[in-house]
Amino acid sequence: MAELNTGDGGGKKGGGKVRSKKSNPSVDLTAMVDLAFLLITFFILTTTLSKPQSMNLAMPDEPKIDDPVPPETPAWRTLTLVLGSGDKLVWYSGRTDGPPLDGPVVSGYGKTGVRDLILNKKAGVDAKNKADGADLEKSGITIIIKPSKKSNYKNLVDILDEMAITKVKKYAIVDITDADIKFLEDNKIY
Amino acid sequence: MAKIKLSKKSSRIDMTAMCDMAFLLLSFFIMTATAKVPEALPVDTPASTVQTKLPEENLATLTIGKEKVFFGVTGREVRSETLGRMGEKYGVKFSEADKKKFALLDGFGVDIRQMKQLIDMKNEDRMREGTQPGVPYDSINNQLADWVKISREVTKDLDGKDLDIAIKGDAKEEYPTVKKVLDILQKQNKNNFFLVTGLRSDDF
Repeated sequence: MAELNTGDGGGKKGGGKVRSKKSNPSVDLTAMVDLAFLLITFFILTTTLSKPQSMNLAMPDEPKIDDPVPPETPAWRTLTLVLGSGDKLVWYSGRTDGPPLDGPVVSGYGKTGVRDLILNKKAGVDAKNKADGADLEKSGITIIIKPSKKSNYKNLVDILDEMAITKVKKYAIVDITDADIKFLEDNKIY
Repeated sequence: MAKIKLSKKSSRIDMTAMCDMAFLLLSFFIMTATAKVPEALPVDTPASTVQTKLPEENLATLTIGKEKVFFGVTGREVRSETLGRMGEKYGVKFSEADKKKFALLDGFGVDIRQMKQLIDMKNEDRMREGTQPGVPYDSINNQLADWVKISREVTKDLDGKDLDIAIKGDAKEEYPTVKKVLDILQKQNKNNFFLVTGLRSDDF
């Protein structure tokens, strides 16, 4: 135990002076235990947190020449996000070879930016599918992500994260077209 | 009425056992914790709310930053075998000692022809910024594609598993570089991979 033997009685042997009995000098371990537990907590937390997180990304197969042409997704079910410079993006739904169904509008990332839009669009598509009696799983919203040359890797990860948060099942990373670049230029984020 | 006797024992608790146990646990955690290895190309990964854990084995990591790409793969046998086969392909001879030393490198970013110099370098020289110019990945000299392809083949031969690929990109890296790397993987029909990210709270 953390007490020291002071050897009482030993002093009386000589028969000389009677010493006052010393109190038992036990060592106070409280601070040491505190410190040890603090360090344990630190090591437990850092070892589990420092494992790198990751996010899965699946890209489509390279199309082969003799593959059948995939069926087209109706324009009203799509939402295109064109990632521009300065942490801004432009969204529109529908096609670019005419005026789009909705948009193009500049927006930011995250909760204050594009999140509500995606949720609204998703709810809209789901409601229309329900009214038409279509399969909700198969014909949900399709989001097309078009990163431009001026966007950075963080923007891409942010948008993929947004897909995970809003639980959009169908999304794809697609090459940018000239019409999309024009939208970015019109909004001065290219 | 009987008097209640107050016990005269001291109110101190003996903490020796507790202290012993605390330090035992502490030493256990310190020993099991993996020390952070210095990276050849330090990158600042973007954050995400998705929390899939990275696999610890059978993983090749492509680190992208400052328009350079560094390559690294786990497993010492896989590393040395990959180096051997890459050497054969590019006509560079590596001795057994070279392979052994290479197996200790976590990641590298040099042309295969400069690999010998890199292996012979001292550790601190190797990690100095600017020493390694990145693995060439342009269309004329696409060594990165070969590294990925050969390391996948080696993993298949040694373990019978498909190698997982992780992409560790810098948050500020411009998209064209990332796109080139994605294209290299897609060309090899490797369509499923991990993006290494940091942790972000849910209210992003």
